[in-house]
Amino acid sequence: MTAPDNKEVDKLIRNMAENLKGLLSESNIDKPVIIGIHTGGAWVAERLHKILGCGEPMGTLDISFYRDDFTRIGINPQVRPSSLPSNLDDRHVILVDDVLYTGRTIRAALNEIFDYGRPASVLLACLVDRGGRELPIQANVIGQTLRLKPGQQVKLGGPSPLKLIIQETS
Amino acid sequence: MSNLQVDENGRLRHFLSIEGLNRQILTDILDTAESFSGITDQHIKKVPLLRGRIIVNLFFESSTRTRTTFELAAKRLSADVLNININASATTKGETLLDTLRNLEAMHCDMFIVRHAESGSAHFIAQHAQPHIRVINAGDGRHSHPTQAMLDMLTIRRHKKDFSKLKVAIVGDILHSRVARSQIQALSILGTSEIRVVAPRTLLPAKVQSLGVHAYTDLKEGIRDADVIIMLRLQQERMQGALLPSSHEYFQLYGLTEEKLSCANKDVIIMHPGPINRGIEMDSQVADGPRSVVLQQVSNGIDVRMAVMSMAMGSINTAETTDPNAPNASKETR
Repeated sequence: MTAPDNKEVDKLIRNMAENLKGLLSESNIDKPVIIGIHTGGAWVAERLHKILGCGEPMGTLDISFYRDDFTRIGINPQVRPSSLPSNLDDRHVILVDDVLYTGRTIRAALNEIFDYGRPASVLLACLVDRGGRELPIQANVIGQTLRLKPGQQVKLGGPSPLKLIIQETS
Repeated sequence: MSNLQVDENGRLRHFLSIEGLNRQILTDILDTAESFSGITDQHIKKVPLLRGRIIVNLFFESSTRTRTTFELAAKRLSADVLNININASATTKGETLLDTLRNLEAMHCDMFIVRHAESGSAHFIAQHAQPHIRVINAGDGRHSHPTQAMLDMLTIRRHKKDFSKLKVAIVGDILHSRVARSQIQALSILGTSEIRVVAPRTLLPAKVQSLGVHAYTDLKEGIRDADVIIMLRLQQERMQGALLPSSHEYFQLYGLTEEKLSCANKDVIIMHPGPINRGIEMDSQVADGPRSVVLQQVSNGIDVRMAVMSMAMGSINTAETTDPNAPNASKETR
């Protein structure tokens, strides 16, 4: 399986934006808050934010402090502070990540979001769904589904241009 | 002492002194502290990082600010905190410390924050504790107070960015101060261009230049063009040791006033580890003035203590280390 090139990544994101627009109008949501998960999710969120033309600045989330594997891998000093609107009460959130895999990142992100308030709803948009879920989590909008061979990983390189990279891990 | 603090992967295990740590670890502490600063924006001002861990504040010497900010830091990390104040006066060091340690280990505690009047106590506990236990020094005798030094470094970095261009003056009882010792070490590891100490001759260590600092006995000389001035607390008991004539005279010569401050750089920041003796170390006008960052130091202390605690705790089962954020690629989704 070959990864889409960077032109195609932009196209995937435009499609995601179209699908999101549809979802938003269906649910009568007019002022969503876009939140990208650091780092790749934030890159995708930035582009979606531009296309959807949301007035409000987007938020970024670093889920390092909410991970479930802290005791196994320790803390990463490259953690960035999350920057979210200080009050998420009753807001409609679009949560954006690059690759949806086990679902653990999304679990952590949801926990962190709820420490900032009680959103009215959360939609999940991911550039790539590579399967392999370990938790009952599904995205509302997906750019592309990838089926990877065992031992393969997919990463998003960026920030400019965005490029999906498939790596073999031993 | 250094290898006890760092594990085989170069990660912080115990935090006992600044000595023996490299610039990378100190910078990691500051960066991690910086990342915790956003937590106060949350509705729920805590993260679940140390949920279910028990952290013991083991204080053999009294302290308000340090103990409180350690407690707050532990609580923001969702740990459970036990405060134990022990009057050390009636105890003989080795045996009792070990006994205390064994008892707390039997209660399945995970981390000890140790303050003790004897130099080397935290190190002693770290040496004898079981391998899964982490120890942080909250001040031992005249030896070291590493979290204070790091919160000072964070405060300086937030205001001045680059240590390599800074002139920093530390004023007061250099001889007895564990704070000064740790500050000097941290400043020099972080590459500060000029570190000065200012004190009466009786309060300067004998071979102070060997620490890599310039010594001054005149305050105005010592703070000339300084970017940062750190005032130390004058411990009243020093007066009784005939090291100083009187607090009044000390203030005349070494107390910081607006008038004396005019020698320093106009963007100078004034720091003090607290508690301030107003009218002895500095004028109220200076302490409450626009250049004073004393209260920011207190807030920064929480972030730094969260950083140190989570870094030390995070090194427990890290035998299989992962590649942290490969350059130009986002994290793997796990």
